[in-house]
Amino acid sequence: MALEFEQPIDELEARIRELREYAEEQGVDLSDEIELLENKLERLQKETFSNLSRWQRVQLARAPGRPTTLDVLENVFSDFVELHGDRAVADDPAIVAGLARFEGRSVVVAGHQKGRTTKENIHRNFGMPHPEGYRKAMRMMDLADRFGFPFISLIDTPGAYPGISAEERGQAWVIAQSIQRMGRLRVPALAVILGEGGSGGALAIGVGNRVLIMENAWYSVISPESCAAILWRDAAQAAEAAEALKLTARDLKELGVVDRIVPEPRGGAHRQPQAALAELRRAIAAELEPLLKLSPEELLRDRYRRFREMGAVAQS
Amino acid sequence: MALDRLFRRRRTRGGGRDVPELWLKCPACEAQIYKKDLEANLMVCPECGHHLRMSVEQRVAMLVDEGSFEQTTGSVKPADPLSFSDTEPYAERLRRYQEKTGRSDAIYGGTCTIGGVPALLLVMDYAFAGGSMGSAVGEELARGAEQAAAQGRAFVTVAASGGARMQESVLSLMQMAKTTMALDRLWEKRLPYVSILTDPTTGGVTASFAALGDVILAEPGALIGFAGPRVIKQTIRQDLPEGFQRSEFLLQHGMLDQVVPRAELRQRLIQVLSLLHPEGAASGA
Repeated sequence: MALEFEQPIDELEARIRELREYAEEQGVDLSDEIELLENKLERLQKETFSNLSRWQRVQLARAPGRPTTLDVLENVFSDFVELHGDRAVADDPAIVAGLARFEGRSVVVAGHQKGRTTKENIHRNFGMPHPEGYRKAMRMMDLADRFGFPFISLIDTPGAYPGISAEERGQAWVIAQSIQRMGRLRVPALAVILGEGGSGGALAIGVGNRVLIMENAWYSVISPESCAAILWRDAAQAAEAAEALKLTARDLKELGVVDRIVPEPRGGAHRQPQAALAELRRAIAAELEPLLKLSPEELLRDRYRRFREMGAVAQS
Repeated sequence: MALDRLFRRRRTRGGGRDVPELWLKCPACEAQIYKKDLEANLMVCPECGHHLRMSVEQRVAMLVDEGSFEQTTGSVKPADPLSFSDTEPYAERLRRYQEKTGRSDAIYGGTCTIGGVPALLLVMDYAFAGGSMGSAVGEELARGAEQAAAQGRAFVTVAASGGARMQESVLSLMQMAKTTMALDRLWEKRLPYVSILTDPTTGGVTASFAALGDVILAEPGALIGFAGPRVIKQTIRQDLPEGFQRSEFLLQHGMLDQVVPRAELRQRLIQVLSLLHPEGAASGA
């Protein structure tokens, strides 16, 4: 399951394991050899992960085993009660939502959900919501406003689903409405980009007072593959498109689109999910705290100011 | 009619090399139409009623009260914040579109009255990078909504866009939030926002301000949707139903208030604005 650029590291790790086992079984001292290899591993890891290309980050953002919304709900929050359905058409498994507790405080959470297995992924539609999913998310925003609870969104989608049924039921309309609804929240709103931040399908629940992003997540107007297919007329140019789109956490911080990067353990969150989730908990706590002191009007103004300033123009 | 068409065709072929731009072929019925006739008919094919794309200047002229228009757009110039380059540098593309259209970016509009109602009208220019929305277009839209709110004007947009502009990546995406949230300045003042959708309106423009009109009108036969038909076809690997994502289809599915032929658009807009903004109608005339 290792990503291509992870393979040399995995192989070296396997060799060290083997040597250790052999040394133990045979009762011989191979500590010098093992130390040598461990140093080599350390160097290799440093080399690989300190010079990740943007395309490699995109692959890490998609790595199987990376924490999903449900993992966050289980480990960062407590008492999660899932709430289903959009009260109109259906329940969309590509978005999970409900009530939970964060550091003792009631909150409302909604996030994209991908599956781990093929079967799960088909059920979750690979984290690509239909209009019903966004309607469910908007219901959650209503709920947060009604009770004055903070609203926290978890973003991890390749994009909103581009299909006939989604178009028939107004995919563009619900995304616009969800952006508007979240912009109007009178409670603190945090958005966390966990993995993939695919375009409007991500932004629909991304209108936070603060936006956080995991170190290896991406956020862009279009996926590198689709961008390459359109601008280069060749989806195989995705690596080049990823470079051009400047879609990594660091790029986004520089552009002012995200407020905080949540560091991941070396090698990515999928290698040590618990450590990654602990960092996420600290980051959410730190960003939520100052917002809790703001009045509904201050929160609205703060959010408008944040998004009103977005963009770069040559002259005004 | 058939004879007439035959003659028209022949004339075009005869003089094709010298004056090809005098004649246009209707993309729907393939009739050759004298360009001046087409313009006089608001770029609607006199043979089959197909609505062709029209210039933004003509669009403004057909909607506003004569002599009332004052341009507000143009001072916001696009930048190249990502130094984006695909098969051509974005900065080059921008220069090319600016030369071609004489505009700094894909939007044109200003203050006006429409049937006496004070309004701020913004029209997207499909001829400029497919009407795509980057930072400059988003900024013009946000300023437009804010100015309309500050001056007690109705806000009217005419969308024609492939969506958010790829070459500004996430900054284009952010314009969806910015433009959407700017509309709430109108909401606070009880000022109307009418969104007119024209061929084509897709992607991040449909999925933000354009879908949020108090009243949404569309021209007949316009392609309107979230994902483009090609993307959908690739995803589901089957052919799309006849009329899919056209105005009439969307009306049927409850996404639009009315489909209005271009010749009736100004009158319908006046009706809607004077109902939604009666004080404006009284003061602006």
